[in-house]
Amino acid sequence: MRSREIPFRGGGFAPERIPRVGALAFLLLLAAWEGVCRAGLVSLFTLPAPSRVLLTLLEMATSGELFFHLRASLGRLVLGWSLGALSGVAAGLAIGVSSLARSIGLPLVSALFPVPKIALLPLLILWLGIGEASKVATIALGTFFPIAIATASGVDQIPKSLVRMAQSFDLAPRAILAKVILPGALPGVLAGCRISSSIALVLLTAAEMIGAEHGIGALVLQAGHLMRSDRLLAGVVLLSVLGLAIGATIGALERRLLAWR
Amino acid sequence: MRLRIEALAHAYDGLAALGPLDLVVEPGERLAVIGPSGCGKSTLLGLVGGLLRPSRGRVLLEGEPPPGSLVPVAYVFQDFALLPWRTVEANVALPLEDRLGAAERRERVRAALARTRLSDFARAHPRQLSGGMRQRVGIARALVVEPGVLLLDEPLSALDAQTRELLLDEVLTLTRGATLVWVTHHLEEAVRVADRVVLLSARPGRIRTILPVPIPEAERGRPAALAELARLRLELWELLREDAQRAETALVVSGDALA
Ligand SMILES: Nc1ncnc2c1ncn2[C@@H]1O[C@H](COP(=O)(O)OP(=O)(O)OP(=O)(O)O)[C@@H](O)[C@H]1O
Ligand SMILES: [Mg+2]
Repeated sequence: MRSREIPFRGGGFAPERIPRVGALAFLLLLAAWEGVCRAGLVSLFTLPAPSRVLLTLLEMATSGELFFHLRASLGRLVLGWSLGALSGVAAGLAIGVSSLARSIGLPLVSALFPVPKIALLPLLILWLGIGEASKVATIALGTFFPIAIATASGVDQIPKSLVRMAQSFDLAPRAILAKVILPGALPGVLAGCRISSSIALVLLTAAEMIGAEHGIGALVLQAGHLMRSDRLLAGVVLLSVLGLAIGATIGALERRLLAWR
Repeated sequence: MRLRIEALAHAYDGLAALGPLDLVVEPGERLAVIGPSGCGKSTLLGLVGGLLRPSRGRVLLEGEPPPGSLVPVAYVFQDFALLPWRTVEANVALPLEDRLGAAERRERVRAALARTRLSDFARAHPRQLSGGMRQRVGIARALVVEPGVLLLDEPLSALDAQTRELLLDEVLTLTRGATLVWVTHHLEEAVRVADRVVLLSARPGRIRTILPVPIPEAERGRPAALAELARLRLELWELLREDAQRAETALVVSGDALA
């Protein structure tokens, strides 16, 4: 019988992170951008060099302007997101455990979830005025729905046998809620936090562009009107840093709270 | 404690799933329940454990629970039903919370972990444990409440054959004295663990036979008892075979008694 070696065919399709390649590519991109600007290939109005943006950021930081905008935005974000998250978790738990809440809540939440909440801002301004309340409410609404849905599906994913187990030991319904349902739904809740935080950031920026004196959205919009693309990009960098920081915080929470997985 | 099951029947969505059946489990008796798949074994345990509301009939619990008993009827689950976010000791402590003071709780958990040889793993999480150890946690959690009746729904079915062998003797030793209802689809297991084996018919499960196992438990592992145990097993299989075949070729009615 003819003999041949068995060829290897199990390679590929298992991407891994190659160390430092990502950072290097990022730096190369920045360098290319810087080069294009220095060579005078694009005007300052179109695209300022990264060094220019950085300088602007530093200037804004020393003058305190940066923190002024940041504080305004963070205040709205934290307040709106917390309100939406707390009520979203409560609604999601109710949908997860109660037939009545599920029958009423699920169709309602499913119908309203896909509506871009920024479309409701004009209505909210009519109701609450142009001030802080309408912006906070927009963010809260945008947070509420994804967290409610993620929490409810987190509850649904708890194996029924865990609830039966708790009942078999005569645990009171409240104890089952606190000791089985809530910790069991935590992965879902945190997934909802992650999704909703990026939605909240979008809504924050949009709401601040529609009617605000200060805040990062307002900063970006005003910079655009004044053709100060360096300030505009400084605002964009700020938003990116804010988004990354929120993501990292949620990641740290997940590692701490979901270490058992 | 004595279990008295009277004219018990259960239906899901109007379709009969179990019974009617009458049965008395004497104090300290070990009863194995076997039957073809889907015949209502888990349903029976759910009814006895108060996790399902019977469509008809009733289940009575007679006699006094053992001193120190916190829950008269405790459960051991096929899938262990451990809370994955709790450590071993916290899982075992779960049924004691809101019932005992911290000191007594600690002492009971410590004793239960020692009996189930889990003391070294008190701080581990379930995912770090082997299947056999997970089920030992499930057993420790059931024993810690000092139940009068212990219900086991295929407690060894999720384990590999060797672990099953090891754990079987251990469970029997640990549960000595308790009234036991042990559901299994494993014939050897049934004749090894039981004083009596109840054989259920295909869905809706009714009692076809009750077969006593007239061999003292201590002798069941010995070679001399093997022939007799094998004979009993064969006797059960002859009775079960046709129903098992029918269940195997029938369309599956989906549904999980405890879901
Ligand atoms: N919640 C439910 N809704 C509808 N049907 C159900 C439900 N629970 C169980 N059933 C059906 O009732 C019958 C008995 O179920 P049960 O789980 O008690 O059987 P079993 O003997 O434990 O089966 P298995 O050998 O698979 O463990 C099965 O046909 C099952 O599909
Ligand atoms: Mg079953």
